Order: sequence, then C-alpha cells, then structure tokens
Amino acid sequence: MKFEVQITIALKEGMLDPEARAIQHALNNLGFATEGLKTANVYCITVNAPTADEARTRATEMCERLLANPVIHDYCIEVAQ
Amino acid sequence: MRFAVVQFGGSNCDRDVHHVLESVCGVDTDLVWYKERLGDRYDAVVIPGGFSYGDYLRAGAIAARTPIMADIIGHAGAGGLVLGICNGAQIGAESGLVEGTFTMNRAPKFICEWVYLRVETADSPFTSAYRKGEVIRIPIAHKEGRFVTSPENLERLERDGRIAFRFCDEQGSVTEESNPNGSLGNITGILGKGQNVLMMMPHPERASENVLGSLDGKRLFDSMIAYIARGE
Repeated sequence: MKFEVQITIALKEGMLDPEARAIQHALNNLGFATEGLKTANVYCITVNAPTADEARTRATEMCERLLANPVIHDYCIEVAQ
Repeated sequence: MRFAVVQFGGSNCDRDVHHVLESVCGVDTDLVWYKERLGDRYDAVVIPGGFSYGDYLRAGAIAARTPIMADIIGHAGAGGLVLGICNGAQIGAESGLVEGTFTMNRAPKFICEWVYLRVETADSPFTSAYRKGEVIRIPIAHKEGRFVTSPENLERLERDGRIAFRFCDEQGSVTEESNPNGSLGNITGILGKGQNVLMMMPHPERASENVLGSLDGKRLFDSMIAYIARGE
C-alpha cells in the first residue's frame, strides 16, 4: 500500500536559527511586523508499506539515520494514504 | 608511513592537503576516491575541506553516510589517526566520530578570514608540537562552522581534555568578539574519545608554508607524523 509521508525537520526549541533571524529582519524591512519566525525543512516521501504504522516506523528510521541531526533537530511525521 | 586524503565529489582542499603532506612534510600520501576502499595500509586519514554533495541536507550529512566512512570509522576504532578539516570536520561530526555538530554560523554567511586559536591541549597526537595555551594563526572558510553540543557533552569534553582549539584574540583571551561564528565556548577543534580523531573548522593546510603567511598549521601535521613515527 502506498502512503504519503510528510516529515518536518525543525531546530529544537531554543536553538539559534540565524536564517530565521535574517528572514525576519528582511520582512521587517518590507514593513511586515512579525512576532516570531522559525524555519523548517519538509520532506514529502512516498513509501510502500503494509500498514500506516509500518510507514511511520520507516519514516522514523529515516529521521534517526539521515534526515535529522539529533544534536539540533526535532522532527514530526504525518502519514496519509 | 603513509597518509590517505579522502576525496568526495565536491572536496576542494584535497590537493592542498596532499601537497602539504607530500611536498612540504615529505610523507607518502595517496588521494583516495570515496568509491574505493581504504584498506589497512594507512597510518592516518585526512578528510579535507570542500562542499561534498553540495552541502545538500546539511553540510557533511550525505558524505557521512557513504561506505568509505565505515572504513574510516573502523580505522579510528583501531587507533588510527583521523583528521577532519572544515567540511571534513562536518562529515566527521555527522558520522559520529566526535560528539556535537557544526551548523550555520551565528550570522548566516560565509566567513573567510585569518583567525587566532588558543591551543587547549598539547597532549594529543595532533597538538604535541604546540604548547598548551599557545596562540596560533590559521584561516577559516565556512558558513556552517558554529560548534553546538549538549551541556552534558560540553562538560564531558572539557573534563576529558578533548577540546583542541578555541577561537581567541591575539593575546589568547577567549572572548565573544574573537568568536567569528558563534561556536559554543569558542570551540573549533574537538578530539574523539580516544584522542586519535580531531575534527576542526580552521584550515591548517593553508598555514603550512611561509609563502602562505603562517607556518602554524604545519605543526599540526608535524605532530601527527611524530606520533606515528614514535609508533604509539
């Protein structure tokens, strides 16, 4: 069965996010007042797995072994059919 | 005695390191393409700087998952020397050779400049030709070089004497102003658990000949060569 897995990788709470700071500054220059801004990477992956749970397990492994760096990142996985 | 300099697609300091080792230090050195296997004929392995895999995903992340890294980790596990410079340090950190990571600079831009480093330990195979507390001058060139690790690990690194270099000013004071990229504790060179692995953002190969303006980096290679010659 095919599942669409969406993985969001973001910096852990409290980690310095220099890109976010620069983007927020640029938005400010354009007149957009913002209270906060965070960056994240989203990976949309199609996996073949017998169940949604199995698809999630594989996505978790992908995060642990490559997509996220445990020193600085948290990740969030959403699975849809 | 034989050194290996590993080349990934996107490495661009490989020939500089090879030149310094072979022509300046006089050590037999092979360039080893990452698709080759390392074998057991090397005393030391250098992972050079560059932009392996275009820094996709995170600097060093893709190269860290290539098969030759298993060889390099095995080499380190057997007590062999492994030096990672700049992108090589990012690759080494991503592969777990040292604890921590090198990520986006405090100001998210590429910095290429000469900096001062304070030598934090002379008791390692990479730093024996320096004095503890000595100030040396070596250039940096990176965008993702800010050292980050957990507070618990920082404490462990400090306790075990595994911090090799910190950014400092000309007098050797470790200050906020002398920290070009926002690294935790100004740290820019860390040793592995067995002290036979060093991952550092500055480029010693760019400070290894008089014509380059500094010889301070050459002593790092001299330290490695002396360590191997002693047969420790």
